[in-house]
Amino acid sequence: MTADEVVAELHSGMTIGIGGWGSRRKPMSLVRAIVRSDLADLTIVSYGGPDVGLLLAADKVSRLVYGFVSLDSIALEPHFRAARQSGALEVAEYDEGMLQWGLYAAACRLPFLPTRAGLGSDVLRVNPQLRTVASPYDDEELVAVPALHLDAALVHLNRADPYGNAQFLGPDLYFDDLFCMAARRAYVSCEKVVVTAELTAAAPVQTLRIQRWMVAGVVEAPHGAHFTSCDPDYGRDEEFQREYVRAAGDPAAWAEFRARYLDSGEAEYQAAVSSRPATGPGAG
Amino acid sequence: MTGEATRAEICAVACAEAWRNDGEILASPIGSIPTIGARLARATFEPDLLLTDGEAMLGQGTWALGARPEVIEGWLPYRTIFDLIAAGRRHVMMSPSQIDRYGNANISAIGDFRRPTVALLGVRGAPGNTVNHPTSYWVPRHSARTFVPSVDMVSGVGYDRAARAGPTAARYHHLRRVVSNLGVFDFETADHRMRLVSVHPGVTVADIAAATGFDLVSPEEVAQTRQPTAEELELIRTVIDPEGARSAEVGG
Repeated sequence: MTADEVVAELHSGMTIGIGGWGSRRKPMSLVRAIVRSDLADLTIVSYGGPDVGLLLAADKVSRLVYGFVSLDSIALEPHFRAARQSGALEVAEYDEGMLQWGLYAAACRLPFLPTRAGLGSDVLRVNPQLRTVASPYDDEELVAVPALHLDAALVHLNRADPYGNAQFLGPDLYFDDLFCMAARRAYVSCEKVVVTAELTAAAPVQTLRIQRWMVAGVVEAPHGAHFTSCDPDYGRDEEFQREYVRAAGDPAAWAEFRARYLDSGEAEYQAAVSSRPATGPGAG
Repeated sequence: MTGEATRAEICAVACAEAWRNDGEILASPIGSIPTIGARLARATFEPDLLLTDGEAMLGQGTWALGARPEVIEGWLPYRTIFDLIAAGRRHVMMSPSQIDRYGNANISAIGDFRRPTVALLGVRGAPGNTVNHPTSYWVPRHSARTFVPSVDMVSGVGYDRAARAGPTAARYHHLRRVVSNLGVFDFETADHRMRLVSVHPGVTVADIAAATGFDLVSPEEVAQTRQPTAEELELIRTVIDPEGARSAEVGG
């Protein structure tokens, strides 16, 4: 598939989960395709990073479900801050483990999963729809994290075959499998589509954690996670991330950033990124 | 090793002390000085601690800030960290934007949650951490803006809230200590109000009271935070933080 074909299968008002973690291995090319589309009114579920930031800046999000939104090496996400501080964004802020439990409950077709996380905290105050549940076996009272059903999930992996068997080669799968399993349809973008035999020729079978029964479509997207990290194929583009944050702080600069990087297609984005003058340490 | 210990080095050792007697658990420091502290604790008095590279690997030995451990002893992706949190085999040191007298801590948002004046990270793992395993806090700039009468969004659960939430919330709840750039604090009082344990060299009880937005429990005789040993100073300066990142977090 192409990214635009994935977006054509999505609809305004959907609940969409996005894999990765913070500013790590985010399906940014698919996110950019949503930014270019006329989709609106989305509920986004994410361990958030610039995926959330870009979608907020493009006014695609009416509700956000998250445990945090951060750029990792830069702690605070500027568009997330602006959206929160405007008061216009509806949010469900959960403990990180509660988010995992909600996805896992949906994956297992359970109405909820119990946890201690959240008890005593203001997560229960600001999410009044959350309920506790009494243990039938002893006197414990636990938070019942409701299943987080997704209409669609978007994840970015290092390699995949054309059937949706996908492989992570970096240090952490994060919760990409749970996002896929919690979704009615999951879409995998990857650095490179390879023939199936090449997956196990290149790395141990334990890296094949996304399987075709979880996946509705595969998109080949080299550098598709840019500017987030996609180890070991590439690290985070820290210079670009700083440029993103600088631009986000000023409407005119953001308009320029959008025109330069986001308004055209993915090929134009990648060309604009690689044509930047070298500004790293030691560059003249 | 020559030269007196700096305030940042005193703080790093005070952070290390948080993990004393913890045994074979994961020490999870957030921030440079807690990270120095955790590595120092393992290199000296708490050798069984588990430490990560900040990504997904458990490392052996003692390595510098910004470097990678030479020997990997385990794989610890986020999912396994969540398991380990629920199992209670962890002691985290987080850095709150606000903390109150019972140790309720806010890392989420300042002001009204629906429309915050300052949106921060979100609660992250703080709610689950605090009801599952020991938690300590590190405050690099002690002020009445951080040590507040009540926090705007309880992310990390304090003693009063844990007690009110019932036995499940209180069962594994334990706030070990708070280290700031001015002193060391704990909650070992009858009603678990924050208590001044020691002042760092050069700091007075009055300095701390003036920078704290609530009344601290203060014993009549307040100890001074201990000096680093020669071995600890050597480890901090030549092995763990040779580039001096600690002084960017705490001056003086």
